[in-house]
Amino acid sequence: MTVCYPNHAIHPLEARIDHRNADPRRPHRPRTGFGKALLVESRTQADLFVTCIIDQIYPQVGVSVVRVLRKLGVAVGFPEGQTCCGQPLYNTGYTEQARRLARRVLDGFRDSTYVVVPSGSCAAMMANFYPELFRDDPEMLEQARTLSSKVREFSQFLTDVLGMDDAGATYDGSVTYHPSCHLLREMGVRNGPIRLLENVRGAEYRELPNAEVCCGFGGTFSVKYPHISEGMVADKVANVTSTGADTLVSCDMSCLMNIEGALSRQGSDMRVRHLAQVLDDDGTHS
Amino acid sequence: MPEVKTRDFPAASAVSILDPQIRMALQRAGTGFDGGRRECIEEVTPQVWEEWREQARQTKLHTLDHLDYYLEMLEERVSANGGQVHFAADAAEANAIVADLVRTRGVRIATKSKSMVSEELNLNHMLESIGVDVYETDLGEYIIQLAEETPFHLVAPALHKSKEEVSRLFTEKLGVPPMDDINALAAAAREALRQRFLEADLGISGANFLVAETGTLVIITNEGNGRLCTSAPRIHVGITGMEKVIPSVQDLAVFLRLLPRSATGQRITSYVSMVSGPRKHDDEDGPEEFHLIVVDNGRSRMLADPDLREALMCIRCGACLNICPVYQKVGGHAYGWVYPGPIGSIVSPMLVGLDQASDLPQASSLCGACREACPIRIDIPRMLLHLRHKLAEEPDAGGRAKGTMPRPIANGFAKVMANPGLLSATRKFARAAQAMLLGSPISPLARGGRGIRKAGLPLLSKWTHSRDLPEIAPRSFGEIWKQELSNPDGER
Repeated sequence: MTVCYPNHAIHPLEARIDHRNADPRRPHRPRTGFGKALLVESRTQADLFVTCIIDQIYPQVGVSVVRVLRKLGVAVGFPEGQTCCGQPLYNTGYTEQARRLARRVLDGFRDSTYVVVPSGSCAAMMANFYPELFRDDPEMLEQARTLSSKVREFSQFLTDVLGMDDAGATYDGSVTYHPSCHLLREMGVRNGPIRLLENVRGAEYRELPNAEVCCGFGGTFSVKYPHISEGMVADKVANVTSTGADTLVSCDMSCLMNIEGALSRQGSDMRVRHLAQVLDDDGTHS
Repeated sequence: MPEVKTRDFPAASAVSILDPQIRMALQRAGTGFDGGRRECIEEVTPQVWEEWREQARQTKLHTLDHLDYYLEMLEERVSANGGQVHFAADAAEANAIVADLVRTRGVRIATKSKSMVSEELNLNHMLESIGVDVYETDLGEYIIQLAEETPFHLVAPALHKSKEEVSRLFTEKLGVPPMDDINALAAAAREALRQRFLEADLGISGANFLVAETGTLVIITNEGNGRLCTSAPRIHVGITGMEKVIPSVQDLAVFLRLLPRSATGQRITSYVSMVSGPRKHDDEDGPEEFHLIVVDNGRSRMLADPDLREALMCIRCGACLNICPVYQKVGGHAYGWVYPGPIGSIVSPMLVGLDQASDLPQASSLCGACREACPIRIDIPRMLLHLRHKLAEEPDAGGRAKGTMPRPIANGFAKVMANPGLLSATRKFARAAQAMLLGSPISPLARGGRGIRKAGLPLLSKWTHSRDLPEIAPRSFGEIWKQELSNPDGER
């Protein structure tokens, strides 16, 4: 029996994993005592795509990302002129408009070794959906695939590129973790952020019940169907609160904006933090 | 076709989400069905589960790529077995075929086992209109037939009915005394239906699978009603969609493993019935005639669209409903047509028309839980995105924005975000407007909690209905980078 397997049926994540494993830029970490000079030689270069929501609303998260990366010896760049990855347009069906923004990102990060994105959702847009946006344009598709191979969500960059489970951070409090849907199901990042949190000194990690259920944000979904979105975030808040943790952590500020918005409305004093803020000793209370 | 109420989704979902009984029923589906599914995966091991999924997916992809070939094979083998295959282009044609059989064979009473395609056709209504007494025999379907409702869930049509409600319904319609025991209720239904099984001239069934190689119709049930419907009456009519065909009996095995585990968390259903044609001359029982109606009803449109044909791989297990946070809030009836939930949000627009069902592809946060649960790994989120794209490309008619976002807003957003200078100017303006409005006593904006509590502005008010909104930060990250973070030791 001939089994036909058209290209579009291959999950982009699977396609991506293949060329990632073969990534020649994957740095070699020194394992011996005399590796110090070597470390300087092979200092990992990463350019930050900060995301528009962090740029405009939560800049302190971007500051923490930069501080954590620098603390870990990464040479951080911030290509100028970056704005939005185009996901709001892509998710509402405006693909031509989304391509317009995607071209800017492809151009702006052409020379990057790695592109670090402190959002699972925006990272998924760049890594998985850009190649789909340009699937009928061979030249742009090539660029999109190249960028895709360089994109890492923040926690993923720490665990997979730097090979790090412990960022050497200290945090005073109990933390619970909401895995954002795109980080989980598009980027395939499940345990890395939890390992990083478990290794934070002073932090007590508490598992979130029904963690992998969406918080109800979904971009324009939250205002197209506010009643459904509200119901979903109410469940999330109830689960988050049931942990008794004093800090909620995630890797996506859009989900956290949604959950914090509901927590705030309920008068909760729970702290809400991006993972980078918890890993940033100086930034946790900013 | 039954009445299409897909346009009512926004209003209907706003009502159903508040219904406490629906909420309880949905929790049962979530913990019972989905919990059972997860236990099954653990039992067979996730690795084996993934192998099964891949095998099933490849089989379905292959079959769809050669659908014409396998449908011809199916027709040939069913005929060789002494049955007859009818191809129906749409609901009207399918109903006409059934009506013709009823007239020429003098059918008075029909029993039916569960069939979602017959819901597409509104077959019961048609049969009643030509004087046939038709009885649903799946317990859930029987309940909703008595209640004159439509299925709430793909595999549990009466999921939303409490046993108290069913008891009242049975008392009213069957004249039995009130009872509060589920087994007693099932016994009452069995009692009422038994006579119908014996009287019926026509048995109607759906099909979970059609095996091309052997011309076999496969149904899997838990109640045994399917077997009675397909064997006791003198005529058996199977009605199903053309995508249900699979190449061989060998291919069937993996689907029989995947379907019950995904649907209800069962390793296997109580009955797996395989019907290959009418009674043979040496058979003791079985129908004299076997007809198989293979329905298109919009499926060719899906097959022709490479971005949507995957939806034809669906085996109607309902796993995506049980895990979908949206279905789990609003329930099945809000979706307004035969197929609810994530898969329904693709199938309904394709079968009733995207224009009629433009609200459904938007009814998703694109969380991807459905794809993770689907035994065939159907990429539902990407198909929802594709439908959103189709909607956005269509010109807005009658002032009703079809897309999630009106086109001028999308264009404006793209324009600002494509120009950092313009973004910076927009930001300055928005900051100034925010400061002015938050400082004014007669403003639609008011602070509260950790941000803005009240925003009497379009869209924002929908957010602040139950959530506080953060303010635009005093400095953007880009500004902070320039002022404080750039070039620490010669980095760019």
